[in-house]
Amino acid sequence: MKQLATFIRKEFYHMFRDRKTLLILFGLPIAQILLFGFALTNEIKNSRIVVCDYAKCGISRQLTEKFAANNNFIVEEALLSHHQIEDAFRSGRIKLAVVFPLDFEDDYQHLNQAHVQLIADATDPNTANMLTAYATNIIMEYQNLSLPYQINTETRMIYNPELKGAINFVPGVMALVLMLVCVMMTSASIVREKEYGTMEVLLVSPLNPFMLIISKAIPYLLLSLVNLIVIILLSITLLGVPVNGSLLLLFLISILFIITALSLGLLISNVAQTQQTAILVSLIGLMVPTILFTGFTFPLENMPVVLQWLANIVPAKWYYTIVKSIMIKGLGFGAIWKETLVLAVMTCLLLMISFKKFKVRLE
Amino acid sequence: MKSIVIENISKTYDQGEVKALKGVSFKVGQGELFGLIGPDGAGKTTLFRILTTLLLADSGDAMVDGLEVMTAYKKIRRRIGYMPGRFSLYQDLSVEENLNLFASLSGTSVAENYDLIRDIYVHIEPFKKRRAGQLSGGMKQKLALCCALIHRPRVLFLDEPTTGVDAVSRQEFWEMLKRLKEQGITILVSTPYMDEATLCDRIALIQSGEILSIDTPQGIVEKYRGNLYAVKSTDIGRLIHDMQDAANIRSCYAFGEFLHVSFERDNATAHQKLDKYLKDKGHSDVVFRQITPGVEDCFIDLMNE
Repeated sequence: MKQLATFIRKEFYHMFRDRKTLLILFGLPIAQILLFGFALTNEIKNSRIVVCDYAKCGISRQLTEKFAANNNFIVEEALLSHHQIEDAFRSGRIKLAVVFPLDFEDDYQHLNQAHVQLIADATDPNTANMLTAYATNIIMEYQNLSLPYQINTETRMIYNPELKGAINFVPGVMALVLMLVCVMMTSASIVREKEYGTMEVLLVSPLNPFMLIISKAIPYLLLSLVNLIVIILLSITLLGVPVNGSLLLLFLISILFIITALSLGLLISNVAQTQQTAILVSLIGLMVPTILFTGFTFPLENMPVVLQWLANIVPAKWYYTIVKSIMIKGLGFGAIWKETLVLAVMTCLLLMISFKKFKVRLE
Repeated sequence: MKSIVIENISKTYDQGEVKALKGVSFKVGQGELFGLIGPDGAGKTTLFRILTTLLLADSGDAMVDGLEVMTAYKKIRRRIGYMPGRFSLYQDLSVEENLNLFASLSGTSVAENYDLIRDIYVHIEPFKKRRAGQLSGGMKQKLALCCALIHRPRVLFLDEPTTGVDAVSRQEFWEMLKRLKEQGITILVSTPYMDEATLCDRIALIQSGEILSIDTPQGIVEKYRGNLYAVKSTDIGRLIHDMQDAANIRSCYAFGEFLHVSFERDNATAHQKLDKYLKDKGHSDVVFRQITPGVEDCFIDLMNE
């Protein structure tokens, strides 16, 4: 235990004496939070929507068919109550709900105008905006062609009523920063021991390799938690993005994700012989997929199926989904246990492989 | 019991393309100061890495302190101290921090084994707050030796500890090794400097992965074939050139300000003939005298054999 403490202290010495790297590590989350202010917009295809038809009249049926015929939408199922709509949103499968009110037919027959409600999941504001615009277009087109009366749409954005872009990228930046700090820094710091020749002396000593790895992991875990707090504080104060769900749950899941990232870093350090290789592999092998395949810069829904499968092996994708659910939707563990399980299984697998592959000799 | 037993160790790199060690065998006794003498690329570091359990040999057996290097690597790592050829301490940690770290690595403390390193540590103690990276070459080696010793190893492996160190520090370093030997620690040390060979109890001359000879420094010198002569004239550059054309010469090479020369058939006539040959070539002030061969002369002789 004393040995472990000495080693952790040593890692902290390394960390704090390398001022430039330290500056990058703490500056990075702040820079990224500020940089990712502009999320990219994209066309959205094949979004799953639900239709909640209280009216059940000819026009509502024809409109439902129009929705089904449009290739932007897949009409998932017909639901009967708002509660069911909410459940469908929480499950994350649907992006938009179209509600025909009970008095829809009465209204257009007697008042010559009626209302349709559109409810969109605005966790991703770009998608939400796009989808409601598509839906409004469909309704307008139908009305101009065939109806003597007017149908108004009422749009409601749920979860993120103000359509803040920030809400979407804060979880993304969290995933990115944790990934970068943990994977890149752990792999680089283990490889540095090889590069400087200190690994040779460490291996010849009675030091248990587990001890070495744990003493490397703990400082970066703490550093990542500090970064996490900075990101959350910045997002609350500067961007006005609140944490709607349980802060404790968010931290626990983040620790799990940090461990996933650390084990990935270990794996890389087994392969790489120089710090440069380690950093390159981390950047190209992890940063790029994290940016591309988590869904916070480009909507996953638009990608070819093969890429969507590929996205499933990116740990950050699962973490991103979880953080969005906890931070923005305010959901509890019940809603994210599947994603958590995936992360946990990934972590166990990665740890097993990296401990198995840890070399007790040179070569 | 022998501290180190090496039997027919072979090691190749790059799928057998580079043969680093070709069937090396020797034994080192308990408390012996054993020198592995050879030029760069002779296979010294490879042998050290095999003995310190960092590399696996392709074939052959090796025992350190009675333990098999292939299987009992964990036990061996508790009993040995190793100082690699390259400075391998943390450059960004201070002298004191490095020493404490290596002490706790083996579950001991600096205070516990201070008596063992005191003689060496006093040299660097004034700089204990300085970062290891900012020490001079000699100081770095002293610190590395302290770190390798702090857990009171039974066998000490020092890979070229004096390379890149000034003459005074080198001498101090060897005196320290002698004192450690008196404490009963077996020391295997490698060096490319032939003059350091005489400071060892026994030496093995190694070249291209093969052991040329193993004996005490005295024994190696006594085994030298025939006599060795030192030759000098006013124009040493032309002398080297002319000696290459001379008859009856077995070997001739520059050594300081002299040429070291040995004959194929060594007798009074041969000496007279050489003297005449050099005078005919116009050399003046020719010095010619018999000398006692050193380890380097033996090494060159064995290499050409």
